[in-house]
Amino acid sequence: MNIAVLTKQVPDLVEGVEIDSTGKAVDPDSIRYILSESDDHALEEAVLLKERTPARVEMFSLDTGEVRDTLCMALAKGADRVVLIRTGLETLPSNHTVAKIFASVLQGLSFDLILTGVRAIDDLDGSLGGLLAGYLNLPYVGLVRKVEMADGTSMAIVQKEYPGGYAAELEVKLPAVLGIQAAEQPPRYVPVSRLRQVMKTAKVEEKETTAPEPETVAVERMFKPEEGMGATMFSGTPEEIASQIVGLFSERRLVR
Amino acid sequence: MGKDIWVVAEHFQGHLNDITLELVAKGRELAQAAEAKLAVVLLGSKVKGLASELAADVVYLVDRPEFREFTPEAYCAALEAALKDAQPRAVLMGSTSVGLDLLSMLSARIACPCLDNCTRLEVRDGRLFATSQIYGGKLFVEVAVPEATTLIAVIPGSFPRPEASAAGRPEVQDIPLPATLPELRIKFRKLIEPPPGDVDITQVPVLVAVGRGIQNPDNLPMAEKLAEVLGGAVCASRPVIDQGWLPLTRQVGKSGMTVKPKLYLAFGISGAPEHWEGMKNSELIVAVNTDPKAPIFGGAHYGAVTDALELIPLLTEEARKASMKKAS
Ligand SMILES: Cc1cc2nc3c(=O)[nH]c(=O)nc-3n(C[C@H](O)[C@H](O)[C@H](O)COP(=O)(O)OP(=O)(O)OC[C@H]3O[C@@H](n4cnc5c(N)ncnc54)[C@H](O)[C@@H]3O)c2cc1C
Ligand SMILES: Nc1ncnc2c1ncn2[C@@H]1O[C@H](COP(=O)(O)O)[C@@H](O)[C@H]1O
Repeated sequence: MNIAVLTKQVPDLVEGVEIDSTGKAVDPDSIRYILSESDDHALEEAVLLKERTPARVEMFSLDTGEVRDTLCMALAKGADRVVLIRTGLETLPSNHTVAKIFASVLQGLSFDLILTGVRAIDDLDGSLGGLLAGYLNLPYVGLVRKVEMADGTSMAIVQKEYPGGYAAELEVKLPAVLGIQAAEQPPRYVPVSRLRQVMKTAKVEEKETTAPEPETVAVERMFKPEEGMGATMFSGTPEEIASQIVGLFSERRLVR
Repeated sequence: MGKDIWVVAEHFQGHLNDITLELVAKGRELAQAAEAKLAVVLLGSKVKGLASELAADVVYLVDRPEFREFTPEAYCAALEAALKDAQPRAVLMGSTSVGLDLLSMLSARIACPCLDNCTRLEVRDGRLFATSQIYGGKLFVEVAVPEATTLIAVIPGSFPRPEASAAGRPEVQDIPLPATLPELRIKFRKLIEPPPGDVDITQVPVLVAVGRGIQNPDNLPMAEKLAEVLGGAVCASRPVIDQGWLPLTRQVGKSGMTVKPKLYLAFGISGAPEHWEGMKNSELIVAVNTDPKAPIFGGAHYGAVTDALELIPLLTEEARKASMKKAS
């Protein structure tokens, strides 16, 4: 079985993001990129599947951000091949454009399963998996938390999440695209020593593409939640804060 | 370009979901402003009766056994068929497990723009604007909705749900389905119920909520002690559940529970829209986070920038003292 994992890098929120002088875009210099969290889960699910069924896992990533380390990490986790897609684009394009790039890369290749994260924090124009499935005319299921193979490799049985702890079990004929919400176990941890070892021999393939005419979203303005509009803040030492918070509880008759 | 507003209805176990009522109310407002019609697309089996609960001008209906449960492929095919010759101004759906699948697939299939994570829709000078949240709630993006038919997924709870439904008598029209429908590649097998036997966090008056900031499961007993003193229970954001530190029944948010306790005490939770959606209607929200820019402070009533791990035991002690004082 052949599994493709499609990933992109997104800004690391721990670092914060700044709006540029146009007020319509994020300042690229304020960003440090990391692998999108649900893409990491997609990779984990692919590696788990490979441990249960003979499979070959190939990970593809666009060239925005520090992708090499992420791709080496994927090899260390169990991917068989990693491919860096050269787009020549400076910043991450809209998901419609990303999906078109991936669609052209996958054209002519044969994969039974195409896994990607169900959503990235910068998604504004839909999610990559659904868009890609639409372009390739493949079935798509998003918010997937479990994948099992059935009937050889012709069908997958997946669990799709609903609110309130519910899930639906669906049969999906392959090839198909799945948007992974959470892998069946948290993404595995790779010790730094192992990563270093892999990096010595890692082969990151590169593939040039010509980016399609970008489809952009007409942003009027970007803004941060207004400061001072929100919470009344308690301050002081932790002890003082604790006593103020409990004071509030008493006032609101929340103390038992 | 047409001016009509469409809403894709969602229902579960025979009832319309709140998001649908919220979207119908908003859709009415937008349609009225444009002197246009509001249409609702209703797909399912034995759902015709739900049409009368919809305050719309038209209901486009598929009522067939194959549509008894949601599958992205069948729903997408029906919507494609419904939209074939129609060109509404916008198609509103929930940014939900159902809507998220449809939004992107449909956008690619019929080549029309789409927007996700929308929390605001308004008409200004005759133009339609949508505001979406990105970066886990750290940024808002206002977009001039393109002139072409645009698909928009709205975060549940963004618009008020009307009181007692002002249902109308919509005209009901069947959607002509494509002949290829029997070749569907996705089949529904069964519904998996939530694991039973745990605390029902939707019924507890006080919730001590922990997020990734709780750092490791060894810190959970500390939160449980505080919950016990306050007469509540511990709940969590998604990463805590995904790590397996607490059962699924304790998750608050888009894929978890929607809660409205008297007090929601959030420790080490950033306030991503998917979490906010599940607890925003709590009577009193107090957030503790080490990051002064955490989005949760934008919506919480009270907040403190400090280390939750240090604060929780202090709070527990203070709360215990206060309740002893009250008892004496
Ligand atoms: C389709 C979909 C559905 C989802 N459903 C849900 C859902 O149901 N529920 C849900 O919660 N999420 C859901 N998510 C995930 C959501 O997008 C966020 O990733 C998640 O809510 C983040 O959880 P968090 O706030 O605990 O973690 P983070 O965003 O990582 O925030 C951790 C916070 O802890 C703070 N912190 C760190 N250390 C400390 C300390 N010592 N003291 C105090 N603060 C500290 C940090 O400053 C940070 O703000 C969903 C996502 C998708 C795509
Ligand atoms: N994800 C979020 N986290 C925290 N606060 C938010 C979030 N989204 C909106 N808010 C704020 O919460 C308040 C009420 O918003 P709402 O009820 O969601 O429309 C507003 O001040 C918003 O800025």
